[in-house]
Amino acid sequence: MIKSNILKENPKMKILEGSMAVAQTVKTCKPNIVSAYPITPQTHIVEDIAQMVADGEMQADYIKVDSEFSALSALIGACATGARTYSSTTSQGLALMFEVLFNASGMRMPIVMTVVNRALSAPLNIWNDQHDSIAVRDAGWIQLYAEDNQEACDLLPIAYKVAEDKEILLPTMCCMDGFVLTHTFEPVVIPEESLVDEFLPSFRPDYVLDPENPVTIGAYGGPEIYTEFRYQQHNAMINAEEKIERAMNEFGEMFGREYNLVDGYRLDDADIVLISMGSLLGTMKDAVDDMREDGVKVGILKITSYRPFPKEKIYEKIRGIETGIVFEKDVSIGMGAGLLNDLKSSLYGKKQTPSLYGFALGLGGRDVTIDNIKDAVNKLKTSKLDDFGFINLREEVL
Amino acid sequence: MSQSKKDETIKLIPGGITGPKTTIVNKTGSWRTFIPIFNKEKCNKCGICGIFCPEDCITEDEEGHRHPDYDFCKGCGICAEECPKDAIEMILDSKEG
Repeated sequence: MIKSNILKENPKMKILEGSMAVAQTVKTCKPNIVSAYPITPQTHIVEDIAQMVADGEMQADYIKVDSEFSALSALIGACATGARTYSSTTSQGLALMFEVLFNASGMRMPIVMTVVNRALSAPLNIWNDQHDSIAVRDAGWIQLYAEDNQEACDLLPIAYKVAEDKEILLPTMCCMDGFVLTHTFEPVVIPEESLVDEFLPSFRPDYVLDPENPVTIGAYGGPEIYTEFRYQQHNAMINAEEKIERAMNEFGEMFGREYNLVDGYRLDDADIVLISMGSLLGTMKDAVDDMREDGVKVGILKITSYRPFPKEKIYEKIRGIETGIVFEKDVSIGMGAGLLNDLKSSLYGKKQTPSLYGFALGLGGRDVTIDNIKDAVNKLKTSKLDDFGFINLREEVL
Repeated sequence: MSQSKKDETIKLIPGGITGPKTTIVNKTGSWRTFIPIFNKEKCNKCGICGIFCPEDCITEDEEGHRHPDYDFCKGCGICAEECPKDAIEMILDSKEG
């Protein structure tokens, strides 16, 4: 709820389109190289950055490339020379980057990229869901999901701080729902540049490409060393959990906006926990408030960090709750969905865990209403359901 | 495989960053199925084999004859295909050692 005088109360707050807010926050992180290929609904982000660079407001080199494959490849090269790098993409663009995603992570390049979540083809569809980033969860990138535009902005400096940590060195995706967030005007506070300077130290990697002091990055690694690459990435990802938490706490102290790997909402006495990532959470909170008024003891677990997956923190939050319902905008076709599957696997063998049900919804841009959420909860209370299903299906066309 | 580097233990720097010239350390000769045998008698020293070699592993001696470096030759056979004098024969390589 926005009070009419909110802007007067907070002079730093502006009403901005999500994309514009992200672009302005990228500016405060001072990347040296931005490389991007425009694709709906990500276009406004790179367009706004291009404008700022052209106007001399942002001191970055902006590389125009022929494809998303090149966009990310260029950033690997730039990052290897010690540059802080940024790009953003979505859907088919992310899919075209697939091969390069693994290279960026394998070479331990701390690239930060906004992934504007959008459905994958076919059928051709440009609208929002999260199938794209969930499908690349195994690429070795940290994945953080924003609930609103303020979070989509604030996660950027946090992402750089963690990614560039010498004990981590993993590329990071800051995911935000396409259109629902990118094309929505919301009140946001752009992180103050001077504070970001203080929060985010300069990128000073130990090894860089330098003709004076040559090194090899990205060499061939045979069976005798390949496993050890993956082992190091795996451990870095697990260690990133603590680093993200620390960075979020530090961010909270400096900027006054609190973030966590996972967050509870009206969870303390809940019998039912609704679990999700991204912009669905806003709708779910309204649904939960309504249901609470009707006496249903329901709460929410918000997942901000999907990779690393904070297993223990999740368990602490939902231990003892009878039922969990996962709402997500993706499908692992034929086998549930990303968040549902990961939750089940992380809770397996633990005691007092909720029975988990997963629902795919909001695919390909279909609106999700408060009633959709309430209906799903009611359905679960009144009938026996499979552990995974689609809600809001148009039975008449099937 | 060459046995010379086997005993040296190196630490894996995250991302596998190493010194330059890794392609010299990583020998590729063991990938070969067919080995090129150069016939000095037929060779007219034109050097076309070396120009076409994708590994650039064919060197020239003082007399102008060409010699492949079997540590790196992957046995692609391009030299034999391009040799105007048919002076290079590809034969099945033995895999001992």
